Amino acid sequence: MTQLVKQANIRLQPNAFQLFRWAISDALVMTRRNLLVWMRVPAYIVFTVVQPVIFVLLFRYVFGGAIRAPGSGGYVSYLMPGIIAQTAAFATFATAIALATEAKTGVIDRFRAMPMSRSAVLAGRLLADAIRMLIVVLVIVAVGYAVGFRFQNGVLGAIGMVLLAEAFGVTVCSVSAFVGLAIKDEESVQAFGLIWLFPLTFVSSAFVPIATMPDWLQAFANNQPVTLVINAMRAMALGGPQFPLFPALWESIAWLGGVLLVFTPLAVWSYRRVG
Amino acid sequence: MPDAQSEFAIEVADLHKSFGKVQALRGVSFDVRRGSVLGMLGPNGAGKTTAVRVLTTLLHPDSGRVVIEGYDVVREAGAVRRCIGLAGQATAIQPELTGRENLVIMGRLNHMDRASVRKRSTDLLERFEIADAADRPAKTYSGGMQRRLDLAASLIAEPSVLFLDEPTTGLDPHGRLGMWEIIRELVGRGTTLLLTTQYLDEADELADSVVVVDRGEIIASGTPDQLKDQVGGDLVEFTVPDRTRLDDAVSAIAGLSETPPNVEPETRRVRVAVGSRGSQALVETVRRLDAAHIETTDLALHRPSLDDVFLAVTGHAAESSSNSAPKKRGSRNTATGGTP
Repeated sequence: MTQLVKQANIRLQPNAFQLFRWAISDALVMTRRNLLVWMRVPAYIVFTVVQPVIFVLLFRYVFGGAIRAPGSGGYVSYLMPGIIAQTAAFATFATAIALATEAKTGVIDRFRAMPMSRSAVLAGRLLADAIRMLIVVLVIVAVGYAVGFRFQNGVLGAIGMVLLAEAFGVTVCSVSAFVGLAIKDEESVQAFGLIWLFPLTFVSSAFVPIATMPDWLQAFANNQPVTLVINAMRAMALGGPQFPLFPALWESIAWLGGVLLVFTPLAVWSYRRVG
Repeated sequence: MPDAQSEFAIEVADLHKSFGKVQALRGVSFDVRRGSVLGMLGPNGAGKTTAVRVLTTLLHPDSGRVVIEGYDVVREAGAVRRCIGLAGQATAIQPELTGRENLVIMGRLNHMDRASVRKRSTDLLERFEIADAADRPAKTYSGGMQRRLDLAASLIAEPSVLFLDEPTTGLDPHGRLGMWEIIRELVGRGTTLLLTTQYLDEADELADSVVVVDRGEIIASGTPDQLKDQVGGDLVEFTVPDRTRLDDAVSAIAGLSETPPNVEPETRRVRVAVGSRGSQALVETVRRLDAAHIETTDLALHRPSLDDVFLAVTGHAAESSSNSAPKKRGSRNTATGGTP
């Protein structure tokens, strides 16, 4: 009799509402799984939390004395929005590595032979990484406060800066997801991540005023999206005439939207091709 | 409409699948009776994994039809996924998570409610003897335990058809025996099972019927006993330590059997199929070799195993398809036919 009941359940075609509910619950299960793994591996914690903390301390105390920054908060206030954006971007190394590993070992295949929602692997990965990123960003803000950083533009400005950092991180995540699924080899993924993420975050306004760079580099640094995002974050965190919010905010939102529009479909496409 | 009354849980008709120029499956057909075990036997690269991937909805076939529990794997993939389980080389296990967490996650992804997942996980951990380690990270488990956990994960939603892709590859003998025991128990509960293996004794041990796959084709099928009969019954085998006397030994036993003896030059092993006249032929062999003053070792009478079936049908040994010398069928290239 149980066999009959089961047969009936299998035959029942799930309706759109059911499928949508499953897509949400499957993505949440995958999110929880990914976060549990992150918390269980000390190396991941070191890579994602300790490394940015070291960056804060290095730039604040080693390079900071030599760099003259605009604004009233000194170098540490100038630095923090940049470090936070870089931290969010670097956090997506883990996204790419995890997806590459899953594609290579065949876990994704096993998930696909199950009735779970097709979107859950990617959605669960992005959601877990967004949460992880938020935790790391808040840790970095706290460390920043300990070494002299202060938000100077009110609570709304502070929240706006964190949200933009998060949006930026999720956007980079979509690129990393595509890279991880396309390359499918964790070591190559790591090497490739260094090649594009290091120049993009360092050749920007993250650590030093762009005006100190040679002319030819300024042209790139002034117009690339990471600079635009960091300028907008800085404007929200610090305020004041040296850090105008517009047009940096609109420009960065346009950039992030554009990159998401291109790379989300690419990530989904390479996910479908796995196996 | 699906026909739930069909006596077959798995129906495969004329399956073809190519990857570029490599033909991984070239017209495979077989049926698996509900509640029985099919052993799919073949060397690496024979097409076993490709077949399992098509049957479990992971690959679309180029042509042919696969029906699982009445559902077409291409048109009704969702329904198929709701009645199958897939396990094999422990790939679904997340090593950082505990055994129990792994099972609970798999259950939730099969859309079971929390309470039944919890109960079912505890049952499975108990049954597969992982209960003591249930709350330890899976990476601390032995190879055998990880396989058992992987199998448990595939059984969480009580699938009626189970696919096991080389479930004991890489396990030590103890782990293998443990796995066999669990598989036998499963089958006793009425699960339909398709098992791929490179180990002939494994198919012999577990399967009700066997298909032998080589280069994307089924080259033999039947019950393990039928396949053994196909080889011609009993086998007299011996080794000639002195390589130079190998040809003399073969001429000495000429006429002992209608089929010519099978000789492996590199191991100096000679096999003669002697039908049902086993002991008679053994005595005769000893007498003739002795008369020719040929020294032998490991002289034995051998009731055929599936190894011999493979050798007889394909002309090469099953486990070392790339380096054994072709025998009865002349020189077929044995190194090609890999699946990506």
